[in-house]
Amino acid sequence: MTSKPSFAEKLVVRIPYAWLLVFFLVPFLIVLRISLSQPALAQPPYAPLFNLLAGWHGVTAFFGALSLDNYALIGTDPLYLLSFVKSVEIAAFSTLFLLVIGYPIAYGITRMPRRVQVVLMTLVMLPFWTAFLIRIYAWMNILQHDGPLNRLLMALHIVSTPPVWLSTDTAIYIGIVYSYLPFMVLPLYATLEKLDESLLEAAADLGCPRTKIFWEVTLPLSAPGVLAGALLCFIPAVGEFVIPDLLGGSQAPMIGQTIWTEFFGNKDWPAAAAIAIALIGLLVTPIVIFQHQAMRAAERG
Amino acid sequence: MRKVSPFNLASIGLGLAFLYLPIAILVIYSFNASRLVAVWGGWSTRWYGELINDAALLDSAFISIRLALVSATAATILGTLAAVALVRSGRFRGRLLFASMIYAPLVMPEVITGLSMLLLFVAITIDRGFWTVAIAHTTMAMCFVTVIVQARLVDFDMYLEEAAMDLGASPFDTFRAVTLPLILPAIAAGWMLAFALSLDDLVIASFTTGPGATTLPIRIYSEVRLGVKPEMNAVCSIMIGVVGVAVIAASLLAKLNVARAAPARPK
Repeated sequence: MTSKPSFAEKLVVRIPYAWLLVFFLVPFLIVLRISLSQPALAQPPYAPLFNLLAGWHGVTAFFGALSLDNYALIGTDPLYLLSFVKSVEIAAFSTLFLLVIGYPIAYGITRMPRRVQVVLMTLVMLPFWTAFLIRIYAWMNILQHDGPLNRLLMALHIVSTPPVWLSTDTAIYIGIVYSYLPFMVLPLYATLEKLDESLLEAAADLGCPRTKIFWEVTLPLSAPGVLAGALLCFIPAVGEFVIPDLLGGSQAPMIGQTIWTEFFGNKDWPAAAAIAIALIGLLVTPIVIFQHQAMRAAERG
Repeated sequence: MRKVSPFNLASIGLGLAFLYLPIAILVIYSFNASRLVAVWGGWSTRWYGELINDAALLDSAFISIRLALVSATAATILGTLAAVALVRSGRFRGRLLFASMIYAPLVMPEVITGLSMLLLFVAITIDRGFWTVAIAHTTMAMCFVTVIVQARLVDFDMYLEEAAMDLGASPFDTFRAVTLPLILPAIAAGWMLAFALSLDDLVIASFTTGPGATTLPIRIYSEVRLGVKPEMNAVCSIMIGVVGVAVIAASLLAKLNVARAAPARPK
């Protein structure tokens, strides 16, 4: 469009833009500012507060009172460090498990006739529509001490004493893999489905064995899907709260739980804010890669 | 060349079983007459009957549905505008920041979104309650709506819009008469997704809610934290049923739409 944008066209951009600035960007700046504050027994429970009435003196006093104490605390307290390490570890292994489980499913679906593919993908995505909390709760049922899983294992004589599932890391892995699986299968399916069949045929015609075709043609060509799926699972998994809270134990909390506890339990808002900023710092690289990829994909159509 | 190997079939079969068995087990247990999970006391609708007397739970369900209606509608309007802006407005100033703010919330851990929203509401001293949760849900869901509508906008032919304008239609008329009908299925899908996201959310709502606005997920969470309860099995089964019917109806509707639109599509 070469004509000058009309007022209405400008509004199309400005309304959502303004909304996101106020409710997405500004909140982050506030988190950043509170992460530099000290907890206080007041309402709101942090200090210093910005005092406009005090004029210039108030401004200097405000900036003078900001400090990096909260970050120093995160850097030295082993509790926080452990929490970060555990979150990254669980998210990374979960992503790996999701790839190993999701890839054959996505690949299998692309082998089916077109009409069946649509039905199968709807079936894969359907659980995503049922509340996340419910799906985690379903696993609380299954993994209980005298729940269906243990009873099945006992009946099949796989174990003689029922193993403990709930409050373990295994349960967290099960929960994450279970609830994130649709997010892994969807991008994998999207790239695998667009794969040029003739390349596979060419490799086969030249006598390449099927497993080699997979490793040297199919897998490299599906790399964008693998990356998209991995990021789509890894980033939210690092900050996961509900799954470790309901299925995991209390020994070593994940970082999402730590933020929650600092905020709701200890009422230490500045510490919660500092951990949140540190978490964003940790995730900023994968988030930027994800944004870049999503933007490119969106513009290609 | 498309050969379906037993391995392909097994992966699909096991994958679907993994996705659906837990939900099936939950639904079956909701009909267990016994309070204990280990004991099968026969089929019964006892827990469903007890729900009707649980005023607090019904209240929360009502709040959640209202919240989902409000925030899904707001998110759909804002998200559609954002999608049109991204696809049709070319390179406006601050486009990169705008696009970043659209894609970041898709993967942002909910704990961070919830915390930052709450701190905003505290900073501007707004009383927390229904409307603060609605704003938070709108912000989170609008980005999902944008992605869905954007995909549809990129997909269809811009010449259709240009033709309308060449024939003298104003940009607004073109949008109303050409663009909107074409992207309507995507807008509807976006609204449904936004509705489901709002109905589903525990973390962001926990941060941004206030007295008198306890949503259904918050209620369920506080009940199940302490262990499995048969009443909760019943609540969850009802929600699964409602969502299942809605999604199947929507995908059938989308299929009809695609079938009708397909001959009109070029290529």
